[in-house]
Amino acid sequence: MNDAILALDTVTKTFGHGASTVHAARAISFSLHAGRALALVGESGSGKTTCARMAMREYQPTTGQILHKGRPFEGAKADEIARYRRSVQMIFQDPFASLNPAHTIAHHLRRPLKLHRPNIRGSQIDATVRELLQRVKLDPDLVAPKYPHELSGGQRQRVNIARALAAQPEVIVADEPTSMLDVSVRLGVLNLLNDMKKEMNLGLLYITHDIATARYVAEDIAVMYSGQIVEWGPTGEVIDNPIHPYTRLLLSAVPDPDVRFDDPRTRLRPEDVDDIRKAAAAPQEKVVEASPGHFARSL
Amino acid sequence: MKSLLRNRKALIGLAIIALIILVAIAAPLLTQYDPNARTGRPHQPPSMDHILGTTRIGQDVFARLIYGARTSLAVGFGAGLLITAVGTALGIVSGYRGGKTDEVISFFTNMVLVVPNLPLLLVLAAFIGQASPLVIALILGATSWAWGARVTRAETLSVKQKDFVKSAEMMGEPQWRIMAFEIFPNVISIVGINFIGSVIFAIITEATLEFLGLGDPRAVSWGTMLYNAQKASALSVGAWWDILTPCFALAFLGIGMSLLNFAVDEIANPRLRTGNHLKRWSLLVRSGEGRL
Amino acid sequence: MSEPLLSVRNLTIDYIGEETDFRAVDDVSFDIAPGEVFGLAGESGCGKSTIAFAISRLHKPPALIRKGSRILLAGRDVLDLDPKALADFRWREVAMVFQSAMNSLNPVLRIEDQFYDVLRIHKGMTRAQARERAAEMLRLVDIPPDRMRNYPHQFSGGMRQRIVIAICMALDPKLVVMDEPTTALDVVVQREILQRINELRKEFGFSVLFITHDLGLMVQFCDRIGIMLAGKLVEQNDAAAIYKTPQHDYTKKLWASFPSLHGGLLS
Repeated sequence: MNDAILALDTVTKTFGHGASTVHAARAISFSLHAGRALALVGESGSGKTTCARMAMREYQPTTGQILHKGRPFEGAKADEIARYRRSVQMIFQDPFASLNPAHTIAHHLRRPLKLHRPNIRGSQIDATVRELLQRVKLDPDLVAPKYPHELSGGQRQRVNIARALAAQPEVIVADEPTSMLDVSVRLGVLNLLNDMKKEMNLGLLYITHDIATARYVAEDIAVMYSGQIVEWGPTGEVIDNPIHPYTRLLLSAVPDPDVRFDDPRTRLRPEDVDDIRKAAAAPQEKVVEASPGHFARSL
Repeated sequence: MKSLLRNRKALIGLAIIALIILVAIAAPLLTQYDPNARTGRPHQPPSMDHILGTTRIGQDVFARLIYGARTSLAVGFGAGLLITAVGTALGIVSGYRGGKTDEVISFFTNMVLVVPNLPLLLVLAAFIGQASPLVIALILGATSWAWGARVTRAETLSVKQKDFVKSAEMMGEPQWRIMAFEIFPNVISIVGINFIGSVIFAIITEATLEFLGLGDPRAVSWGTMLYNAQKASALSVGAWWDILTPCFALAFLGIGMSLLNFAVDEIANPRLRTGNHLKRWSLLVRSGEGRL
Repeated sequence: MSEPLLSVRNLTIDYIGEETDFRAVDDVSFDIAPGEVFGLAGESGCGKSTIAFAISRLHKPPALIRKGSRILLAGRDVLDLDPKALADFRWREVAMVFQSAMNSLNPVLRIEDQFYDVLRIHKGMTRAQARERAAEMLRLVDIPPDRMRNYPHQFSGGMRQRIVIAICMALDPKLVVMDEPTTALDVVVQREILQRINELRKEFGFSVLFITHDLGLMVQFCDRIGIMLAGKLVEQNDAAAIYKTPQHDYTKKLWASFPSLHGGLLS
């Protein structure tokens, strides 16, 4: 078991104060290891994006700490920040908004090289840009001189991945990387992320609302609801043997072509759904271990 | 850029402006007269010698027109550039940096915005007395940037939210680079509109100040031509060429710039497009090929 | 099938440009029986939303429905209706639920006023009558009727979509067109809403044209499914057949794009 490259330790994030306090994240703890992916699954408002933003240092935790390679990250010194920036890279959800329409693809890939790999100079820069594009299965001659609006959504997302890889990071935070892509290109991009994770021994935080894709990409999974991680553990275990009522609810609602809506056995009763939601939203302190590594909060 | 050149309004506007610029540059080739010298009898109507007649003190109106174009264009574009540069810089900095910087700059901007422009210019010009075109350009530059700053700040605020700006920040790009290379290229259409509007404003305001007598009457510009013609009661004595020449010149340049302005607006916001991009559609509907 | 409720025949829709045209829908034909749920599946740009708009004649230039296209609802060609008949037709015969409910509801009107708007124009109801009908409809979609006086922003996304559905059903339409009604909602809310629509459909007997890219969801919800690619309807069959024995390559490709929850990787 390798040491965690990035870890959140009992992190809480609240916004606002008094009557309008929003508990976006409550007592969140998870860790990212080299060559492994953690899927953070939840609906909108569950707090998963807040966790991503904290991992990227866009938000500061209200309480708790972020550990980078075992050491608490203070963010006081410039070189500490620079090292963190190089080590932790992000891939955004919207392939259209995450590239600057005024610059070519080559420019987008040169910047991280100039900022984080100063030892690469001159003609080597363009050679590295070519290599990065090849790695994400794009043709450098075709793609490098183009502007973002000339590429498809899937191609843009691959460019985003290339840009993240350019800095030679240790962790990649992927915030719903395929939810805005056409269905038929999603798996290609997820495959690419998976390959990169293995080839480059990266830690991957994969944030999604689509629990079916989690099995595809991640060894571990954490299910979030209303700011808390309600169940976590190895992906296969959690999906095949869910314990927490919310996880079960989530899994039962995933479209399954084998089960028609008419089937009375699978009908969701609105009262039950509301009860589960209410209970899962309340802070739950107790944790039970269902099997080695598989934990859930107890209602 | 390409769409600009395909737009009819833009082409006509650019043609007008280019024509005026060319005429101004080629002034010595187009007339043998010195615009300041007495080269004819007072208030001569247009003739073969003096195509647009002469002024009250016998200067050739056509020569004054094309040499005056140089001054009016220089002040217009010079002040326009200054106004746009100051407004854009302040707008982007306050919009992107936010916080205290934004508060200070916005407060300052609002102050300048609230002060009525023309009265301030009148007071300043009167204070300086006989302001040369250069001084007028500087005064315009120093007092008229506020609207541009506000509008650019608003655009910056919306561009700042975009993911590619966040990505640059997370990548560790220094703030000045983000403002110059990430934000600026994406607010360029508002900067362009700002520039064209500022040039129109500068040209008209310079002419206004000079017409009111606050400029240097010895300078040769369209505004001073108006002033001198008015002082000489040109219209009442029937010397229509003396006063109408600078009027039409200003109007002509104004039309050119306004057409360009409309064109840039249309390109920036396609919903403003007028014209016949639905011509083919209407034809097809009328011939019964289809319907809505 | 016996007399279909909706019959689309040779529908061809172009977007007319300055020099070239874009064929968004290419000679599409399909039928929907009374009380049936018909699904149109496809990715972005395939033309499914264009078809939905055409049924309610919501298109604006430069869209152009080519001659030879016919959309028959209960025997009448929708494309031939004059403006007055069209106004009657909308909401009463066909109702439409759009993708983002947030934009379908007027943010400055209370919910009861939005109902009154529709009911006054189409049925000449008074405020009191409209309020009664609204309460009835809201109860059908599990929204407490006493919240009628709230504004849209006071409801969550899922609840707003339910309100839109309630307004759609207030006039007892024969056909409800739903264009990606739950794509922006989370999966549990999606399940709840569609489950409810299914029950309402059985009770009131309306047909549904359901548009989405989620094939798995379609097989659960729809009776028959049409697969669209680049404007053409490439395959059309019963839901079970589309699932178990897809014929067209694109259908198979679509299926391959949905990872199974319990299996490993889909081939």
